[in-house]
Amino acid sequence: MIINLRVWRQEGPESPGKLVDYTVPEASEHMSFLELLDVLNEQLLADGEEPVEFDSDCREGICGSCGLMVAGIAHGPQKRTAVCQLHMRSFKDGDTITVEPFRARAFPVIRDLVVDRSAFDRIITAHGYVSVTTGSAPDANAIPIPKDTADEAMDYATCIGCGACVAACPNGSASLFTAAKIAHLGLLPQGEVESPQRVTAMVNQMDAEGFGDCSNYAECEAVCPKGISVAGIASMRRAYMKGLLSG
Amino acid sequence: MNLITALTSPVGRKVLTGATGIGLVAFVIAHMIGNLSYLPGPEAYNGYAHKLLSLGWIFYTIEILLALCFLLHAIIGISIQIRRWQARPVGYKMYKSAGKPSRSGYSARSMIFTGIILLGFLILHLISFKYGPGVAEGYTATLDNGESVRDLHRLMTEKFKEPLYAFGYPIIMILLGMHMRHGVWSALQSLGMMSRRLSPYLYALAAILGVFVAVGFLFVPLYIYFLV
Ligand code: HEM
Ligand code: SF4
Ligand code: FES
Repeated sequence: MIINLRVWRQEGPESPGKLVDYTVPEASEHMSFLELLDVLNEQLLADGEEPVEFDSDCREGICGSCGLMVAGIAHGPQKRTAVCQLHMRSFKDGDTITVEPFRARAFPVIRDLVVDRSAFDRIITAHGYVSVTTGSAPDANAIPIPKDTADEAMDYATCIGCGACVAACPNGSASLFTAAKIAHLGLLPQGEVESPQRVTAMVNQMDAEGFGDCSNYAECEAVCPKGISVAGIASMRRAYMKGLLSG
Repeated sequence: MNLITALTSPVGRKVLTGATGIGLVAFVIAHMIGNLSYLPGPEAYNGYAHKLLSLGWIFYTIEILLALCFLLHAIIGISIQIRRWQARPVGYKMYKSAGKPSRSGYSARSMIFTGIILLGFLILHLISFKYGPGVAEGYTATLDNGESVRDLHRLMTEKFKEPLYAFGYPIIMILLGMHMRHGVWSALQSLGMMSRRLSPYLYALAAILGVFVAVGFLFVPLYIYFLV
Protein backbone atom coordinates (compact mmCIF):
# COMPACT_ATOMS: atom_id res chain seq x y z
CA MET A 1 0.00 0.00 0.00
CA ILE A 2 1.03 3.61 -0.58
CA ILE A 3 0.94 5.84 2.49
CA ASN A 4 1.41 9.59 2.46
CA LEU A 5 2.73 11.11 5.65
CA ARG A 6 2.78 14.68 6.91
CA VAL A 7 5.36 14.58 9.66
CA TRP A 8 6.31 17.27 12.14
CA ARG A 9 9.99 18.07 11.68
CA GLN A 10 11.79 20.26 14.20
CA GLU A 11 15.56 20.38 14.58
CA GLY A 12 15.76 21.25 18.23
CA PRO A 13 13.83 22.54 21.22
CA GLU A 14 14.16 26.17 20.16
CA SER A 15 13.94 25.80 16.39
CA PRO A 16 10.71 26.38 14.56
CA GLY A 17 9.11 23.24 13.19
CA LYS A 18 6.83 22.40 10.31
CA LEU A 19 4.91 19.57 8.73
CA VAL A 20 6.82 17.91 5.89
CA ASP A 21 5.20 15.64 3.29
CA TYR A 22 6.64 12.20 2.59
CA THR A 23 5.40 9.17 0.69
CA VAL A 24 6.13 5.58 1.62
CA PRO A 25 5.37 3.64 -1.57
CA GLU A 26 5.98 0.18 -0.18
CA ALA A 27 4.07 0.05 3.06
CA SER A 28 2.42 -3.17 4.14
CA GLU A 29 -0.77 -3.53 6.12
CA HIS A 30 1.06 -5.92 8.46
CA MET A 31 3.51 -3.24 9.54
CA SER A 32 3.04 -1.40 12.78
CA PHE A 33 2.92 2.36 12.51
CA LEU A 34 6.42 2.60 13.96
CA GLU A 35 7.71 0.11 11.40
CA LEU A 36 6.25 2.38 8.76
CA LEU A 37 8.34 5.21 10.23
CA ASP A 38 11.37 2.88 10.21
CA VAL A 39 10.83 2.31 6.49
CA LEU A 40 10.44 6.04 5.95
CA ASN A 41 13.73 6.60 7.79
CA GLU A 42 15.52 4.06 5.60
CA GLN A 43 14.23 5.96 2.57
CA LEU A 44 15.42 9.25 4.06
CA LEU A 45 18.87 7.84 4.90
CA ALA A 46 19.20 6.44 1.37
CA ASP A 47 18.41 9.93 0.08
CA GLY A 48 20.98 11.47 2.42
CA GLU A 49 18.36 13.18 4.59
CA GLU A 50 18.05 13.28 8.37
CA PRO A 51 15.80 10.49 9.68
CA VAL A 52 12.68 11.34 11.69
CA GLU A 53 13.32 11.04 15.41
CA PHE A 54 10.70 9.24 17.48
CA ASP A 55 10.67 7.32 20.75
CA SER A 56 10.06 3.62 21.15
CA ASP A 57 11.38 0.71 23.12
CA CYS A 58 9.38 -2.46 23.71
CA ARG A 59 7.14 -2.13 20.66
CA GLU A 60 4.67 -4.41 22.36
CA GLY A 61 2.53 -1.84 24.15
CA ILE A 62 3.97 -2.24 27.63
CA CYS A 63 6.76 0.26 28.17
CA GLY A 64 5.12 3.62 27.44
CA SER A 65 8.04 4.98 25.40
CA CYS A 66 6.14 5.48 22.19
CA GLY A 67 3.58 8.18 21.71
CA LEU A 68 2.55 10.15 18.64
CA MET A 69 -0.46 12.09 17.48
CA VAL A 70 -1.57 10.06 14.49
CA ALA A 71 -4.30 11.60 12.33
CA GLY A 72 -5.20 13.95 15.20
CA ILE A 73 -5.59 11.27 17.87
CA ALA A 74 -3.04 10.29 20.51
CA HIS A 75 -1.72 6.80 19.58
CA GLY A 76 -3.92 6.87 16.47
CA PRO A 77 -7.46 5.82 15.67
CA GLN A 78 -7.54 2.34 17.19
CA LYS A 79 -8.88 2.16 20.75
CA ARG A 80 -6.75 0.84 23.60
CA THR A 81 -3.70 0.55 21.42
CA ALA A 82 -0.31 2.16 21.85
CA VAL A 83 1.05 3.50 18.57
CA CYS A 84 3.66 0.71 18.46
CA GLN A 85 0.79 -1.77 18.31
CA LEU A 86 -1.21 0.17 15.77
CA HIS A 87 -1.08 -1.63 12.46
CA MET A 88 -1.28 -0.22 8.98
CA ARG A 89 -4.38 -2.30 8.34
CA SER A 90 -6.18 0.46 10.28
CA PHE A 91 -5.53 2.68 7.26
CA LYS A 92 -6.39 2.59 3.58
CA ASP A 93 -4.11 2.55 0.56
CA GLY A 94 -3.38 6.13 -0.44
CA ASP A 95 -4.27 7.66 2.97
CA THR A 96 -2.53 10.83 4.06
CA ILE A 97 -1.68 10.65 7.75
CA THR A 98 -0.58 13.61 9.85
CA VAL A 99 1.97 12.77 12.55
CA GLU A 100 2.73 15.24 15.31
CA PRO A 101 4.45 15.07 18.69
CA PHE A 102 2.46 15.02 21.95
CA ARG A 103 1.99 18.66 22.84
CA ALA A 104 1.95 20.34 26.24
CA ARG A 105 3.99 23.04 27.91
CA ALA A 106 5.15 20.36 30.35
CA PHE A 107 6.22 18.09 27.44
CA PRO A 108 8.64 20.25 25.45
CA VAL A 109 9.70 18.97 22.03
CA ILE A 110 13.32 17.79 21.93
CA ARG A 111 13.47 16.99 18.25
CA ASP A 112 10.91 16.00 15.59
CA LEU A 113 8.44 13.69 17.35
CA VAL A 114 10.41 13.23 20.56
CA VAL A 115 9.18 15.09 23.62
CA ASP A 116 10.58 15.35 27.12
CA ARG A 117 8.17 13.57 29.46
CA SER A 118 10.36 13.82 32.56
CA ALA A 119 7.58 15.85 34.20
CA PHE A 120 5.92 12.45 34.77
CA ASP A 121 9.06 11.15 36.46
CA ARG A 122 9.00 14.12 38.82
CA ILE A 123 5.36 13.43 39.69
CA ILE A 124 6.35 9.85 40.53
CA THR A 125 9.36 11.04 42.53
CA ALA A 126 7.05 13.34 44.51
CA HIS A 127 5.32 10.31 46.06
CA GLY A 128 4.45 7.71 43.47
CA TYR A 129 5.72 4.93 45.67
CA VAL A 130 5.10 3.00 48.87
CA SER A 131 7.70 3.39 51.61
CA VAL A 132 8.57 -0.07 52.81
CA THR A 133 11.38 -1.29 54.94
CA THR A 134 13.43 -3.69 52.93
CA GLY A 135 14.17 -7.14 54.22
CA SER A 136 13.07 -10.58 53.27
CA ALA A 137 10.02 -10.70 51.06
CA PRO A 138 6.82 -11.16 53.09
CA ASP A 139 4.67 -14.24 52.58
CA ALA A 140 2.31 -14.02 49.68
CA ASN A 141 -1.27 -13.48 50.85
CA ALA A 142 -0.12 -12.55 54.36
CA ILE A 143 -2.37 -9.52 54.01
CA PRO A 144 -5.78 -10.60 52.70
CA ILE A 145 -7.04 -8.35 49.91
CA PRO A 146 -10.50 -8.78 48.35
CA LYS A 147 -10.31 -9.94 44.75
CA ASP A 148 -12.30 -6.93 43.46
CA THR A 149 -9.93 -4.51 45.15
CA ALA A 150 -6.89 -6.33 43.82
CA ASP A 151 -8.40 -6.29 40.33
CA GLU A 152 -9.16 -2.59 40.50
CA ALA A 153 -5.67 -1.77 41.73
CA MET A 154 -4.29 -3.90 38.91
CA ASP A 155 -6.40 -2.04 36.35
CA TYR A 156 -4.90 1.26 37.47
CA ALA A 157 -1.44 -0.28 37.66
CA THR A 158 -1.55 -0.98 33.94
CA CYS A 159 -0.83 2.69 33.21
CA ILE A 160 2.39 2.71 31.18
CA GLY A 161 3.09 6.43 31.62
CA CYS A 162 2.96 7.17 27.92
CA GLY A 163 1.44 10.64 28.26
CA ALA A 164 -1.33 10.17 25.73
CA CYS A 165 -3.83 11.39 28.31
CA VAL A 166 -2.01 14.73 28.49
CA ALA A 167 -1.62 14.93 24.72
CA ALA A 168 -5.32 14.33 24.07
CA CYS A 169 -6.65 16.51 26.88
CA PRO A 170 -7.93 19.82 25.50
CA ASN A 171 -6.59 21.38 28.71
CA GLY A 172 -3.25 19.55 28.73
CA SER A 173 -4.05 18.03 32.12
CA ALA A 174 -2.11 15.13 33.62
CA SER A 175 -4.95 14.09 35.91
CA LEU A 176 -5.48 10.61 34.47
CA PHE A 177 -1.84 9.59 34.79
CA THR A 178 -1.53 11.02 38.32
CA ALA A 179 -4.85 9.52 39.40
CA ALA A 180 -3.93 6.10 38.00
CA LYS A 181 -0.73 6.04 40.06
CA ILE A 182 -2.50 7.29 43.19
CA ALA A 183 -5.30 4.74 42.80
CA HIS A 184 -3.08 1.76 42.13
CA LEU A 185 -1.01 2.42 45.23
CA GLY A 186 -3.79 3.73 47.47
CA LEU A 187 -6.23 0.88 46.87
CA LEU A 188 -3.95 -1.68 48.48
CA PRO A 189 -3.42 -1.79 52.25
CA GLN A 190 0.38 -1.42 51.95
CA GLY A 191 -0.04 1.83 50.06
CA GLU A 192 -3.14 3.17 51.74
CA VAL A 193 -1.24 4.21 54.87
CA GLU A 194 0.55 7.02 53.06
CA SER A 195 -2.40 7.97 50.90
CA PRO A 196 -3.00 11.54 52.21
CA GLN A 197 0.65 12.57 51.84
CA ARG A 198 0.88 10.84 48.49
CA VAL A 199 -2.15 12.55 46.99
CA THR A 200 -1.07 15.99 48.14
CA ALA A 201 2.51 15.63 47.00
CA MET A 202 1.65 14.22 43.58
CA VAL A 203 -1.14 16.71 42.87
CA ASN A 204 1.09 19.62 43.88
CA GLN A 205 3.89 18.36 41.64
CA MET A 206 1.45 17.96 38.75
CA ASP A 207 0.46 21.60 39.29
CA ALA A 208 4.08 22.78 39.52
CA GLU A 209 4.91 21.11 36.19
CA GLY A 210 2.44 23.38 34.41
CA PHE A 211 -0.18 20.86 33.36
CA GLY A 212 -3.68 22.25 32.87
CA ASP A 213 -6.78 21.63 34.99
CA CYS A 214 -9.19 18.79 34.35
CA SER A 215 -12.54 19.79 32.86
CA ASN A 216 -13.86 16.23 32.90
CA TYR A 217 -13.84 15.84 29.13
CA ALA A 218 -12.78 12.20 29.56
CA GLU A 219 -10.87 12.49 26.30
CA CYS A 220 -7.95 10.90 28.19
CA GLU A 221 -9.83 7.67 28.85
CA ALA A 222 -10.75 7.47 25.16
CA VAL A 223 -7.11 7.53 24.02
CA CYS A 224 -5.50 5.68 26.93
CA PRO A 225 -3.91 2.51 25.53
CA LYS A 226 -4.83 0.78 28.79
CA GLY A 227 -8.35 2.18 29.07
CA ILE A 228 -7.68 3.71 32.50
CA SER A 229 -11.04 5.01 33.76
CA VAL A 230 -11.67 8.64 34.73
CA ALA A 231 -13.34 7.16 37.83
CA GLY A 232 -9.74 7.17 39.10
CA ILE A 233 -9.73 10.98 38.84
CA ALA A 234 -12.90 11.10 40.96
CA SER A 235 -11.26 8.90 43.59
CA MET A 236 -8.13 11.08 43.51
CA ARG A 237 -10.36 14.05 44.36
CA ARG A 238 -12.03 12.11 47.18
CA ALA A 239 -8.64 11.17 48.58
CA TYR A 240 -7.41 14.75 48.29
CA MET A 241 -10.42 16.13 50.16
CA LYS A 242 -10.09 13.42 52.80
CA GLY A 243 -6.47 14.48 53.29
CA LEU A 244 -7.63 18.08 53.59
CA LEU A 245 -10.28 17.28 56.20
CA SER A 246 -7.97 15.07 58.26
CA GLY A 247 -5.29 17.79 58.17
CA MET B 1 -1.98 21.18 54.24
CA ASN B 2 -2.94 24.81 54.18
CA LEU B 3 -6.59 25.45 53.29
CA ILE B 4 -5.89 28.20 50.78
CA THR B 5 -3.19 26.19 48.99
CA ALA B 6 -5.56 23.25 48.90
CA LEU B 7 -8.42 25.25 47.45
CA THR B 8 -6.21 26.75 44.76
CA SER B 9 -4.69 23.38 43.86
CA PRO B 10 -5.82 21.66 40.65
CA VAL B 11 -8.13 19.44 42.70
CA GLY B 12 -9.37 22.28 44.92
CA ARG B 13 -10.28 24.42 41.93
CA LYS B 14 -12.39 21.60 40.53
CA VAL B 15 -14.05 20.87 43.84
CA LEU B 16 -14.99 24.53 44.12
CA THR B 17 -16.30 24.79 40.54
CA GLY B 18 -18.28 21.63 41.17
CA ALA B 19 -19.69 22.67 44.56
CA THR B 20 -20.65 26.16 43.36
CA GLY B 21 -22.00 24.63 40.15
CA ILE B 22 -24.24 22.26 42.12
CA GLY B 23 -25.42 25.23 44.20
CA LEU B 24 -26.30 27.06 40.98
CA VAL B 25 -28.05 23.98 39.58
CA ALA B 26 -30.19 23.76 42.73
CA PHE B 27 -31.00 27.44 42.31
CA VAL B 28 -31.98 27.23 38.64
CA ILE B 29 -34.22 24.20 39.29
CA ALA B 30 -36.00 26.05 42.11
CA HIS B 31 -36.22 29.22 40.02
CA MET B 32 -37.62 27.31 37.05
CA ILE B 33 -40.31 25.60 39.15
CA GLY B 34 -41.11 28.94 40.83
CA ASN B 35 -41.59 30.56 37.43
CA LEU B 36 -44.22 28.01 36.52
CA SER B 37 -46.46 29.67 39.12
CA TYR B 38 -46.94 32.37 36.48
CA LEU B 39 -49.32 30.01 34.74
CA PRO B 40 -52.19 29.86 37.30
CA GLY B 41 -52.37 33.68 37.35
CA PRO B 42 -51.31 36.91 39.13
CA GLU B 43 -52.41 35.81 42.61
CA ALA B 44 -50.19 32.70 42.54
CA TYR B 45 -47.15 34.41 41.02
CA ASN B 46 -47.17 37.64 43.00
CA GLY B 47 -48.04 35.73 46.15
CA TYR B 48 -45.12 33.34 45.59
CA ALA B 49 -42.67 36.20 45.03
CA HIS B 50 -43.97 38.01 48.07
CA LYS B 51 -43.67 34.90 50.23
CA LEU B 52 -40.01 34.52 49.19
CA LEU B 53 -39.24 38.10 50.17
CA SER B 54 -41.01 37.77 53.49
CA LEU B 55 -38.64 34.96 54.47
CA GLY B 56 -36.47 37.87 55.60
CA TRP B 57 -32.91 36.98 56.68
CA ILE B 58 -33.21 33.47 55.29
CA PHE B 59 -33.90 34.94 51.87
CA TYR B 60 -31.02 37.40 52.09
CA THR B 61 -28.62 34.72 53.30
CA ILE B 62 -29.52 32.56 50.32
CA GLU B 63 -29.11 35.56 48.04
CA ILE B 64 -25.63 36.29 49.36
CA LEU B 65 -24.63 32.61 49.09
CA LEU B 66 -25.87 32.56 45.52
CA ALA B 67 -23.99 35.71 44.62
CA LEU B 68 -20.85 34.15 46.09
CA CYS B 69 -21.47 30.94 44.14
CA PHE B 70 -21.84 32.86 40.89
CA LEU B 71 -18.75 34.95 41.52
CA LEU B 72 -16.49 32.11 42.61
CA HIS B 73 -17.81 29.81 39.89
CA ALA B 74 -17.21 32.35 37.14
CA ILE B 75 -13.76 33.35 38.41
CA ILE B 76 -12.53 29.76 38.71
CA GLY B 77 -14.16 28.75 35.43
CA ILE B 78 -12.35 31.55 33.63
CA SER B 79 -9.07 30.78 35.42
CA ILE B 80 -9.33 27.14 34.26
CA GLN B 81 -9.66 28.42 30.71
CA ILE B 82 -6.60 30.66 31.12
CA ARG B 83 -4.54 27.75 32.46
CA ARG B 84 -5.70 25.75 29.48
CA TRP B 85 -4.21 28.29 27.08
CA GLN B 86 -0.97 28.29 29.08
CA ALA B 87 -0.73 24.50 29.25
CA ARG B 88 -0.40 24.03 25.46
CA PRO B 89 1.37 27.02 23.91
CA VAL B 90 1.88 25.24 20.58
CA GLY B 91 -1.33 23.66 19.34
CA TYR B 92 -1.92 20.73 17.00
CA LYS B 93 -2.23 21.12 13.24
CA MET B 94 -4.70 18.29 13.37
CA TYR B 95 -6.75 17.26 16.37
CA LYS B 96 -9.80 15.01 16.68
CA SER B 97 -11.78 13.60 19.57
CA ALA B 98 -11.27 9.86 19.86
CA GLY B 99 -15.00 9.36 20.48
CA LYS B 100 -16.53 7.23 23.23
CA PRO B 101 -15.93 7.05 26.19
CA SER B 102 -14.85 10.67 25.69
CA ARG B 103 -17.35 13.15 27.04
CA SER B 104 -16.08 16.10 25.12
CA GLY B 105 -19.15 16.79 23.01
CA TYR B 106 -20.54 20.18 22.01
CA SER B 107 -21.77 20.98 25.52
CA ALA B 108 -18.46 20.14 27.16
CA ARG B 109 -16.37 22.08 24.69
CA SER B 110 -18.57 25.17 24.93
CA MET B 111 -18.61 25.45 28.75
CA ILE B 112 -16.56 28.66 28.78
CA PHE B 113 -18.68 30.13 25.98
CA THR B 114 -22.05 29.21 27.51
CA GLY B 115 -20.72 30.24 30.93
CA ILE B 116 -19.68 33.73 29.85
CA ILE B 117 -22.97 34.24 28.00
CA LEU B 118 -24.80 33.19 31.18
CA LEU B 119 -22.80 35.71 33.17
CA GLY B 120 -23.73 38.53 30.77
CA PHE B 121 -27.31 37.34 30.71
CA LEU B 122 -27.47 37.25 34.50
CA ILE B 123 -26.58 40.94 34.71
CA LEU B 124 -29.17 41.97 32.09
CA HIS B 125 -31.73 39.68 33.69
CA LEU B 126 -31.25 41.21 37.13
CA ILE B 127 -31.58 44.72 35.66
CA SER B 128 -34.78 43.77 33.81
CA PHE B 129 -36.54 41.99 36.64
CA LYS B 130 -35.03 42.11 40.11
CA TYR B 131 -34.01 45.75 39.78
CA GLY B 132 -36.75 46.53 37.24
CA PRO B 133 -39.89 48.60 37.86
CA GLY B 134 -41.63 47.92 41.17
CA VAL B 135 -44.18 49.42 43.53
CA ALA B 136 -42.62 52.89 43.15
CA GLU B 137 -43.29 52.77 39.40
CA GLY B 138 -46.90 51.73 39.93
CA TYR B 139 -46.42 47.96 39.47
CA THR B 140 -48.68 47.16 42.39
CA ALA B 141 -51.07 44.27 42.86
CA THR B 142 -53.42 43.41 45.69
CA LEU B 143 -53.39 39.83 46.94
CA ASP B 144 -56.59 38.03 47.95
CA ASN B 145 -55.73 38.70 51.60
CA GLY B 146 -55.70 42.45 50.87
CA GLU B 147 -51.90 42.84 50.99
CA SER B 148 -50.46 45.23 48.45
CA VAL B 149 -47.37 43.77 46.72
CA ARG B 150 -45.10 44.28 43.70
CA ASP B 151 -46.87 43.26 40.48
CA LEU B 152 -44.25 40.98 38.99
CA HIS B 153 -46.89 39.18 36.97
CA ARG B 154 -47.55 42.35 34.98
CA LEU B 155 -43.83 43.05 34.52
CA MET B 156 -43.27 39.55 33.22
CA THR B 157 -46.24 39.70 30.85
CA GLU B 158 -45.07 43.05 29.45
CA LYS B 159 -41.47 41.93 29.02
CA PHE B 160 -42.30 38.70 27.24
CA LYS B 161 -44.65 40.42 24.86
CA GLU B 162 -41.49 41.99 23.41
CA PRO B 163 -40.02 39.69 20.73
CA LEU B 164 -36.45 40.31 21.91
CA TYR B 165 -37.28 38.89 25.35
CA ALA B 166 -39.71 36.24 24.11
CA PHE B 167 -37.15 34.72 21.75
CA GLY B 168 -33.89 35.83 23.35
CA TYR B 169 -34.67 34.11 26.65
CA PRO B 170 -35.38 30.69 25.15
CA ILE B 171 -32.06 30.79 23.28
CA ILE B 172 -30.19 31.56 26.48
CA MET B 173 -32.11 28.80 28.26
CA ILE B 174 -30.95 26.29 25.66
CA LEU B 175 -27.38 27.42 26.36
CA LEU B 176 -28.08 26.98 30.07
CA GLY B 177 -29.33 23.46 29.35
CA MET B 178 -26.10 22.73 27.47
CA HIS B 179 -24.03 24.12 30.34
CA MET B 180 -25.89 21.74 32.66
CA ARG B 181 -25.61 18.82 30.26
CA HIS B 182 -21.88 18.67 30.81
CA GLY B 183 -21.94 20.57 34.10
CA VAL B 184 -24.01 18.23 36.24
CA TRP B 185 -21.94 15.21 35.25
CA SER B 186 -18.74 17.19 35.56
CA ALA B 187 -19.60 18.53 39.00
CA LEU B 188 -20.35 15.05 40.36
CA GLN B 189 -17.06 13.84 38.91
CA SER B 190 -15.27 16.89 40.37
CA LEU B 191 -16.70 16.19 43.80
CA GLY B 192 -15.59 12.58 43.56
CA MET B 193 -19.11 11.16 43.55
CA MET B 194 -18.39 8.83 40.69
CA SER B 195 -17.49 5.23 40.02
CA ARG B 196 -17.09 3.24 36.85
CA ARG B 197 -20.51 1.67 37.45
CA LEU B 198 -22.37 4.92 38.23
CA SER B 199 -20.83 7.04 35.51
CA PRO B 200 -23.23 6.25 32.61
CA TYR B 201 -26.29 6.79 34.83
CA LEU B 202 -25.07 10.12 36.14
CA TYR B 203 -24.13 11.20 32.62
CA ALA B 204 -27.69 10.45 31.53
CA LEU B 205 -29.07 12.25 34.59
CA ALA B 206 -27.14 15.37 33.55
CA ALA B 207 -28.81 15.31 30.14
CA ILE B 208 -32.25 14.85 31.67
CA LEU B 209 -31.73 17.73 34.12
CA GLY B 210 -30.39 19.97 31.35
CA VAL B 211 -33.42 19.37 29.15
CA PHE B 212 -35.82 19.62 32.11
CA VAL B 213 -34.51 23.03 33.21
CA ALA B 214 -34.20 24.44 29.68
CA VAL B 215 -37.72 23.37 28.66
CA GLY B 216 -39.25 24.50 31.95
CA PHE B 217 -37.66 27.93 31.60
CA LEU B 218 -38.32 28.55 27.93
CA PHE B 219 -41.94 27.46 28.13
CA VAL B 220 -43.18 30.51 30.09
CA PRO B 221 -41.79 33.25 27.75
CA LEU B 222 -43.14 31.47 24.68
CA TYR B 223 -46.48 30.88 26.42
CA ILE B 224 -46.75 34.58 27.25
CA TYR B 225 -45.78 35.71 23.77
CA PHE B 226 -48.13 33.42 21.89
CA LEU B 227 -50.98 32.62 24.26
CA VAL B 228 -51.51 35.48 26.72
C1 HEM C 1 -22.03 33.04 35.96
C2 HEM C 1 -21.84 32.55 34.78
C3 HEM C 1 -21.15 31.24 34.59
C4 HEM C 1 -19.88 31.05 34.14
C5 HEM C 1 -18.89 32.11 33.70
C6 HEM C 1 -19.64 29.62 34.15
C7 HEM C 1 -18.50 29.03 33.71
C8 HEM C 1 -18.24 27.70 33.81
C9 HEM C 1 -17.10 27.04 33.27
C10 HEM C 1 -16.02 27.69 32.44
C11 HEM C 1 -17.18 25.74 33.63
C12 HEM C 1 -16.20 24.67 33.26
C13 HEM C 1 -15.20 24.47 34.31
C14 HEM C 1 -14.17 23.53 33.82
O1 HEM C 1 -13.78 23.62 32.64
O2 HEM C 1 -13.74 22.69 34.57
C15 HEM C 1 -18.36 25.58 34.40
C16 HEM C 1 -18.75 24.40 34.97
C17 HEM C 1 -19.98 24.23 35.56
N1 HEM C 1 -21.01 25.14 35.61
FE1 HEM C 1 -20.89 27.05 35.11
N2 HEM C 1 -20.75 28.99 34.62
C18 HEM C 1 -21.70 29.94 34.89
C19 HEM C 1 -22.98 29.73 35.33
C20 HEM C 1 -23.48 28.52 35.69
C21 HEM C 1 -24.84 28.29 36.09
C22 HEM C 1 -25.96 29.31 36.11
C23 HEM C 1 -24.91 26.99 36.44
C24 HEM C 1 -26.11 26.27 36.94
C25 HEM C 1 -26.92 25.68 36.16
C26 HEM C 1 -23.62 26.40 36.25
C27 HEM C 1 -23.30 25.10 36.50
C28 HEM C 1 -22.07 24.55 36.26
C29 HEM C 1 -21.70 23.22 36.65
C30 HEM C 1 -22.56 22.23 37.42
C31 HEM C 1 -20.37 23.03 36.22
C32 HEM C 1 -19.51 21.82 36.39
C33 HEM C 1 -18.53 22.03 37.48
C34 HEM C 1 -17.34 21.14 37.37
O3 HEM C 1 -16.83 20.91 36.28
O4 HEM C 1 -16.86 20.68 38.40
N3 HEM C 1 -22.76 27.36 35.78
N4 HEM C 1 -19.00 26.78 34.49
S1 SF4 D 1 -3.22 6.96 32.03
FE1 SF4 D 1 -3.22 5.89 30.04
S2 SF4 D 1 -2.76 7.52 28.57
FE2 SF4 D 1 -2.19 8.33 30.56
S3 SF4 D 1 -0.01 7.84 30.82
FE3 SF4 D 1 -1.16 6.12 31.73
S4 SF4 D 1 -1.37 4.64 30.07
FE4 SF4 D 1 -0.78 6.57 29.07
S1 FES E 1 7.18 1.15 22.41
FE1 FES E 1 6.72 0.37 24.40
S2 FES E 1 4.63 0.86 24.57
FE2 FES E 1 5.03 1.42 22.52
